[in-house]
Amino acid sequence: MKLLTLNFLTCARKTCKSLPAAFPLHPKDAELEVVETDFNAPFLRNILGRLEWDALKTLCMELGLPNLPPSAPEPEALLEPGAEMAELELERELEPTQTARDLHNLLLETGIKEGKLVCGNCGHEYAVKEGIANFLLPSHLV
Amino acid sequence: MEQSRSEQSGSARDEEYERQHVHSVYEEIAEHFSSTRYKPWPIVERFLLSLPPGSVGLDIGCGNGKYLSVNKNVFIIGSDRSHNLTRIASSHSPSSTIVADTLFLPHPLAKFDFAISIAVIHHLSTPARRIEAIKSILETLRPPLPDGKADSEGKALIYVWALEQKSSRRGWDEGDEQDVMVPWVLKGADRKAIGQVKQEDKTFQRYYHLYRKGELEEDVKSAGGVILDAGYEKDNWWAIITRG
Repeated sequence: MKLLTLNFLTCARKTCKSLPAAFPLHPKDAELEVVETDFNAPFLRNILGRLEWDALKTLCMELGLPNLPPSAPEPEALLEPGAEMAELELERELEPTQTARDLHNLLLETGIKEGKLVCGNCGHEYAVKEGIANFLLPSHLV
Repeated sequence: MEQSRSEQSGSARDEEYERQHVHSVYEEIAEHFSSTRYKPWPIVERFLLSLPPGSVGLDIGCGNGKYLSVNKNVFIIGSDRSHNLTRIASSHSPSSTIVADTLFLPHPLAKFDFAISIAVIHHLSTPARRIEAIKSILETLRPPLPDGKADSEGKALIYVWALEQKSSRRGWDEGDEQDVMVPWVLKGADRKAIGQVKQEDKTFQRYYHLYRKGELEEDVKSAGGVILDAGYEKDNWWAIITRG
């Protein structure tokens, strides 16, 4: 499962869902995989504004990935040349910056293949197998 | 059967019923079911293509994931109860899939730009559970954007099978029983093709609640939602809803 997904997941238990302590879920014994996907500049630029950057930073730290900057890059930092040309040029004629490539790789190409996701509030562990996390709760937790 | 079930109470029993008559069936027919489900329905397609690039949303009960790559400029997390369907759905980039229960979604509240739930809620076996499912979908939707633009709140598109489908091969219509078992026949040849040893036909029965005209709107209102648009498309009732 792509790391981007983790930015939109929390504990499935009703008692945890609305609590800050349950978000983000914490990876445990995670085995990562990298699967190449097409670079999509408008997608990346727009998704940037939707991210909980702190949750992403925490995730990178917990997975032992390189540290992220304290705040999300500005959309302008994703493409070159300068913004004054953007009006006329098509997106695809602009080159993605290294920052954009790194983000694309982190959010959309890097994923958890095997491991667990742990709720920071109740401690329940959700298994990830073959890249798919299972959020079905055992009957005593529903 | 419906009679005897309603005499007993408790969601555990309803869950067990759905486990037997919905979840385990889809788990077994996943591959064959998926091979027959590839064409997006027009209204769902239009809804997805109308979303601004970078929108983030959910496909609740995503099945084989046929809607996950209709619009490659939005990010969708697809969820389904069936492991096997989820595995099939996981091939759609840039989306992502998880195994989850519609009534216990693992998503932050009030976060998402959109949600779709296509041909899912009719598999829940009591009115209370169907309303609960709509509530569960509504609470994932975000409120309007802070810049106050009208029409900027998160929206969900819900599809359910209609009772009124006289011209379909099932032929149900107004006044018919709404809680039905619908067979899915896995032909011997298909079973062989997906690697199952036995080659005789096998029939699975799936539970459905067929929605009568107006009932989806009633359920949405009971769940606290507001209807923006609603209609009928090819044997199904649909509604686009918000939290209100």
